[in-house]
Amino acid sequence: MDIHTLTLAEAGKQLKQKKITSRQLTQAVLQRLKSVEPQIQAFLSIAEKTAFTQADEADRRIAEGGDISPLTGIPIAIKDNICTADAATTCASRILENFHPPYDATVIAKLRRAGVVFIGKTNMDEFAMGSSTENSGYKITRNPWDRERIPGGSSGGSAAAVAADAAIAALGSDTGGSVRAPASYCGVVGLKPTYGRVSRYGLVAYGSSLDQIGPLTKDVKDSAIMLNALAGHDPQDSTSANVPVPDYTSACGKDIKGLRIGIPKEYFAEGIDPEVEQLVKNAIRQMESLGALPIEISLPHTEYAIPCYYICAMAEASSNLARYGGAHYGYRAKNAGNILEMYSKTRAEGFGTEVKRRIMLGTYVLSAGYYDAWYLKAIKARTLIKRDFELAWEKTDIIAAPVVPAPAFKIGEKSADPLTMYLSDIYTISLNLAGMCGISIPCGFSKKGLPVGLQLIANIFKEETLFTAAYAYEQSAGFFNRKPPL
Amino acid sequence: MSLKRISPDDVRHVALLSRLRLAEEEIPSYTDVLNSILEYFAKLNELDTSSVSPTSHSIEMRNVFREDIPQPSLPVDKAIANAPEVEDNYFRVPKIIQEM
Repeated sequence: MDIHTLTLAEAGKQLKQKKITSRQLTQAVLQRLKSVEPQIQAFLSIAEKTAFTQADEADRRIAEGGDISPLTGIPIAIKDNICTADAATTCASRILENFHPPYDATVIAKLRRAGVVFIGKTNMDEFAMGSSTENSGYKITRNPWDRERIPGGSSGGSAAAVAADAAIAALGSDTGGSVRAPASYCGVVGLKPTYGRVSRYGLVAYGSSLDQIGPLTKDVKDSAIMLNALAGHDPQDSTSANVPVPDYTSACGKDIKGLRIGIPKEYFAEGIDPEVEQLVKNAIRQMESLGALPIEISLPHTEYAIPCYYICAMAEASSNLARYGGAHYGYRAKNAGNILEMYSKTRAEGFGTEVKRRIMLGTYVLSAGYYDAWYLKAIKARTLIKRDFELAWEKTDIIAAPVVPAPAFKIGEKSADPLTMYLSDIYTISLNLAGMCGISIPCGFSKKGLPVGLQLIANIFKEETLFTAAYAYEQSAGFFNRKPPL
Repeated sequence: MSLKRISPDDVRHVALLSRLRLAEEEIPSYTDVLNSILEYFAKLNELDTSSVSPTSHSIEMRNVFREDIPQPSLPVDKAIANAPEVEDNYFRVPKIIQEM
């Protein structure tokens, strides 16, 4: 059997039972990575040498016995906006070309302590600004199911890598759907934890009130294993929550009899592809057959989520990206006569078009005379969107919805008009505005053979409910052994 | 608020505030795209938010304090390792104060 196709749980078990070694597993995954990479272009850097050192260290730990983490010896890929002390971190931006972080992000430090093997850094939309990974400053990642199509974004490299078995699991980040959407387009599982559940120390900031790190995995149980390792309070991130971390894997396998599933009518209104609607509704029916209780709910401010989200995210981005000026690290423009010229030339040459647009719009909505009309208005709308969810939780335990309006679109199809790209985020962004957790799990394929995801949403710190529902559905649906044609 | 289209001069001003040097020939396309996005964002004006308080953070949070315990800082060599230009242990940048 090709061991690169193993799930994290299976691989962990075989490592522990000494049926395979981490070196063998790492070798198999890297071999697979190299054979598919010319077709999918998921990686910005590959860490072959350090990966084998880490694999050998993991094998030593396993040989010694004792307390082995479920992640010891597992080859994992990391989105390139998460700082790694032993590998460049570029955010897929030319402005951070060759940037080597002086420290590990907290999630990386945690995985390192668990004995993870880091195989490489994955491609993304520059600074996580995009929904297709076409905004990378380096390369365009392709969907493993159809290489003419986008893998989704912004964690497109991580999703494509896991879908192609070029990593056992991966980390992404989700500011407005950037883990869940590519998971849906690529047919893998993507989790956005509750805001504050996972430390962001060392995650390069985009929209600080929205960003969360989340895992992309081959199945639901793997997602729970990853969250066990990632979650928890971190003194280095004052926005991380001091809330106890349960064992998320024990939520997988509980039954869902009597679980109330809210179906927001606004998420099945105009704009949804009929095939996506059908597959998501089939999934809800499947959960009903397991004893869940579907009820119609309303999230009435959904139509305002896109302008609200983009104003908030752009405003925060304009402030967060002010640090890239060529003084301390990263790219610096040549021949600048004075400091203002150095900043403005460096930023003009180092940032891509979409990043510039968002910085300018963010600066505009925060600028004197416009703040009240734009930014203040948006954060008031954010209160209304959050309140929609709070009212929904009085009636339901979980919400079921599509992840994205349609299966993966063609490369280039939406790049001319940024607004049409923004509209594809309609079902994912509200959660980030409200802080809720959500998961995308495969729920079938379109007639063209493209994966479609089901989104489950739960209240803050209710990831266990997500895992229980997602696992129950996944186990009963049972068509997850389909692999992309690579 | 009535939506006023932003002018090429507004775009030049915002670009300056954003420390982004745009070429003159880029101004018309940025003006068009930014206007079309803002036009869509103006949908928020349909909402009556006069009695709504703003949310800047999704999860209720108060100031987070910690004990003031001295700890080693990032070592100088690591701090300057990525710098485009260094002199001794300092970041070197173009002149900031112009001569009169």
